[in-house]
Amino acid sequence: MYLNQFLMLAAVLFSVGVYGVIARKNGVMVLMSIELILNAVNINLVAFAAMNGALAGQVFALFVIAVAAAEVGVGLAIVLAIFRNYKTVDIDEVDLMKG
Amino acid sequence: MIHLLAEASPSYAVPANIAFGITAVLMTYSAIRVVTASNVVHAAAFLVVVLAGVAVNFILLGAEFLAITQVLVYIGAIVVLFLFGIMLTKAPMEGEERPARDNWLLGAASGLVFLGLLVYALWDGFGKDKLPADLAPTSTGALSDAIFGGYLFPFEVVSLLLLAALVGAIVIARRD
Repeated sequence: MYLNQFLMLAAVLFSVGVYGVIARKNGVMVLMSIELILNAVNINLVAFAAMNGALAGQVFALFVIAVAAAEVGVGLAIVLAIFRNYKTVDIDEVDLMKG
Repeated sequence: MIHLLAEASPSYAVPANIAFGITAVLMTYSAIRVVTASNVVHAAAFLVVVLAGVAVNFILLGAEFLAITQVLVYIGAIVVLFLFGIMLTKAPMEGEERPARDNWLLGAASGLVFLGLLVYALWDGFGKDKLPADLAPTSTGALSDAIFGGYLFPFEVVSLLLLAALVGAIVIARRD
């Protein structure tokens, strides 16, 4: 197996996630797109760990999984708070700090 | 066909590559559906397919403990959390009118530009570098030795981060 086949797949996932973060209206969907991006990073880390026979990549992938769990918890709490105050999860409606 | 492929180059891992090809196609399709589906519950279901595909990739790369963790944490916990979020925010179930914002074209353009740059850089940098042919599964013991040995301090910091995120989520989401 080539190293690049994993890296290219991760690049596709990353780019799709970037599109989702920019283009989706629903706050929950933005968080899901961030999950796509973090998973692409994890594939990269594990692929390089397999390439170099080093364990560090897998350890950092575990850290990324833990940080992703924390991020989803706080992110969904923020989306819930926004929904309670604005009665919507459309991030275009939340423009309190717009100049 | 498979036979011919195996004969052509003995070092070419045919079953692993077939598994990779199938999961890669499935993951790409599902990822695109995640960001384009108008029904958020469908998007969560497609996200499960992508996460399971990532777990398959981890197994192909010999990271078995990570694959199990991926299934437990992502598919088991995070997707359920997403479904709770969708339920509590009463996000429209029957298809939103416009799932994308007005600037979706800009998003698609930046995604494509980014993909092009990444593919060029990866092809330029790694070309046809091959993974080791004898890719043995990483033993969980070695991984735990690494975490509780050299990476003990970062590990403790991550546990503190999880605690802080838990407290923060409760503070932000509670009603008072």
